Amino acid sequence: MSAFFVAVAIFLVAIILMPFYRVLRGPTLFDRLLAIGAIGGKIIALILIAGLLFNRLDMFVDLALAYAALNFIGGIAMAEYFRYIGSRASPRK
Amino acid sequence: MSSEWIQHGIGGGLMVIGLAFMFFGSLGILRLPDFFARTHAASKVDTVGIAVVLAGIAVIEGLTLNSAKIAIAIMFLTLTNPVAAHALARAALRHGLKPWQRRARPNREE
Repeated sequence: MSAFFVAVAIFLVAIILMPFYRVLRGPTLFDRLLAIGAIGGKIIALILIAGLLFNRLDMFVDLALAYAALNFIGGIAMAEYFRYIGSRASPRK
Repeated sequence: MSSEWIQHGIGGGLMVIGLAFMFFGSLGILRLPDFFARTHAASKVDTVGIAVVLAGIAVIEGLTLNSAKIAIAIMFLTLTNPVAAHALARAALRHGLKPWQRRARPNREE
């Protein structure tokens, strides 16, 4: 069973590495914020699979809940900031 | 065929389906032409993929305290991930970002 979890974890790492290209190359600012939010969501699944591999799931579930809350609050805060403060700069940078 | 095989089989199947959804979500973030189109991929497909993977892990665990906490995490993610994506898209629209239009080809006469 743990070999299946190792395969799932490796595939999940490959899936997490894909939006990094959009973080580096996204032509607007909002592309980068969107890719970071997507990466944060997938890391929650990776934390839980790491908990299954280490056989200590009760610790990693609390970590996953805290990271989900952090990801959401960070996304909302960045969206509100860039709506008000960043209105002088153009979105092309 | 004990009940543990069935439980592990259903949980593993749910995790594979969720991984497929997350793969297509990531592929959409890479390949779609505009920010607003990428919001579709990143919010809808990604939320479903993560919820299904977490449900698969909860099925493998059985009826314990951990799977109750994972159910709370699923509810939280299903509620908040679309809200965050909507806030980002609305901020981009207020910022003045225009959606992508397919340019008209001037030399097509039909």
